[in-house]
Amino acid sequence: MKLTGFVMLVAGWGIVLASVALLVSMKPRTIFVLAGLGVEVIGLVLVLRSHVVLEDETG
Amino acid sequence: MTNLPVPTLSEGAVAVCVFCIFLVPLAAGGLALLNAGLGRSRSAAHTMLASVCILSVAAIAYFVCGFAVQGFTGQPAHVLRAGGQQWDWIGAGPFFLRKFELDGSPASLAAGFSMLCAGLAALIPLGAAAERWRLRAICASTALLAGFTFPLFAHWVWGGGWLAQLGVNYGLGHGFLDLGGSSCIQAVSGLTALSIVWILGPRRGKYSSGKLPNAIPAHSAVFVIFGSMLCWAGWVGLNSAGAILFGGATPGQTVLVAVNTTLAAASAGLAALVVTGLRFGRPDASLTCDGWIGGLVASSAGCLFIKPAEAVVIGTIAGVLVTYAVEWFEFGLKVDDPGGSISAHAVGGIWGLLAAGIFVRFPINSGAIATAQSGSESGQFIAQLVGIATLIGFVLPTTYGLNCLLNWFLPYRVSLEGERQGVDLHELGADAYPEFVVHTEEFIQR
Repeated sequence: MKLTGFVMLVAGWGIVLASVALLVSMKPRTIFVLAGLGVEVIGLVLVLRSHVVLEDETG
Repeated sequence: MTNLPVPTLSEGAVAVCVFCIFLVPLAAGGLALLNAGLGRSRSAAHTMLASVCILSVAAIAYFVCGFAVQGFTGQPAHVLRAGGQQWDWIGAGPFFLRKFELDGSPASLAAGFSMLCAGLAALIPLGAAAERWRLRAICASTALLAGFTFPLFAHWVWGGGWLAQLGVNYGLGHGFLDLGGSSCIQAVSGLTALSIVWILGPRRGKYSSGKLPNAIPAHSAVFVIFGSMLCWAGWVGLNSAGAILFGGATPGQTVLVAVNTTLAAASAGLAALVVTGLRFGRPDASLTCDGWIGGLVASSAGCLFIKPAEAVVIGTIAGVLVTYAVEWFEFGLKVDDPGGSISAHAVGGIWGLLAAGIFVRFPINSGAIATAQSGSESGQFIAQLVGIATLIGFVLPTTYGLNCLLNWFLPYRVSLEGERQGVDLHELGADAYPEFVVHTEEFIQR
């Protein structure tokens, strides 16, 4: 779960970079930047959640 | 070399900037006191010595390779070409500051300023990882942060890198804006603190009795409050020097920066005081000081281009955010952060960056940043979002990976016996207060 979370963090950043570099008009660029941030938020939740699970298991 | 114009400073601006840079060590002293005060008495000497070691290692690491990585606008840099534009991704400056004149030029002032900022940034993870982080590991991790992570992000923001070029290259406002270091100092080190706490795990006894964490009280409210006051003075210098160097502020405009910084801290501290007072029946000194620091952190990004009333709003929201974030990390996410560093610096820093995108208005011809770049105002918020995405999507995985690697070679955590004794006795052989402190009852068996 933690690895998946980190992969999603990097993937979200990749979406943000690609939208800045490849899209010209402001509206689609804004949508894709927000989408990339959304992917990052999901990744962050996974990483944070994996830490809580780990702490619960180790007591 | 970057495509941004090289800033020029008047003699008066250089003098004010030098004075402001000299104030920055006060913030480092304040953070050291804050970190020591928020820990237990049996780790106070260790925390203070670790702070001295951190400042020493950070200065040397920055001297060896930090400035080479960071560079400055107009200095050599490695550039990638993508989408028809150049992406300036890392500095190509001299290692060991060879053949680099420290003569009062903007580049030399930025080098001196950033050397102190590297030390300040490296102090922040110590607050989160105190009482269980070995001194050798602290030094190694500091070298990593001050020699690579901090300067790399600082190059992108302060050194004319790709984030600063977002305005010129892609029409996103004036490029990513962070004058006083909400991102490259605060958020980078706050996220590094989170990574290190994940690697270390909580202090023994913190989560031993069921779901609720045990309270491990701070040992000196006086240290904490005095440290917060010192931070205020240091932050005024930090934000003012940053505004002159990276925002083109005139000496007179530092008054606005100082007022904004003070108002943000004041409103954040009061907001935290009121929130804790309402929730717990009486104000909480530690959380109030964390809120105060959160306000200082949030004020940094747009300190030159916001109005005082907006600084009050930014500070108030920062104070409330930090207060709830401390509780959320401790109770919900099982992140043991005795200094509240992650909440104050990472959460406060990211809020400051977002707030800059919301509130900042650039006056015409108000300095280098306003005259040099031609992006639309509406794109400024997107530029700020791109910077925040870079912090979460690049800096967090990178710093976690690098610290995991370092932990594999040089274990970060002290032994169980070391934690039982306290790191003062275990690592230094002497307590901070040998004559009057008895701390056997402080340790709760896991």
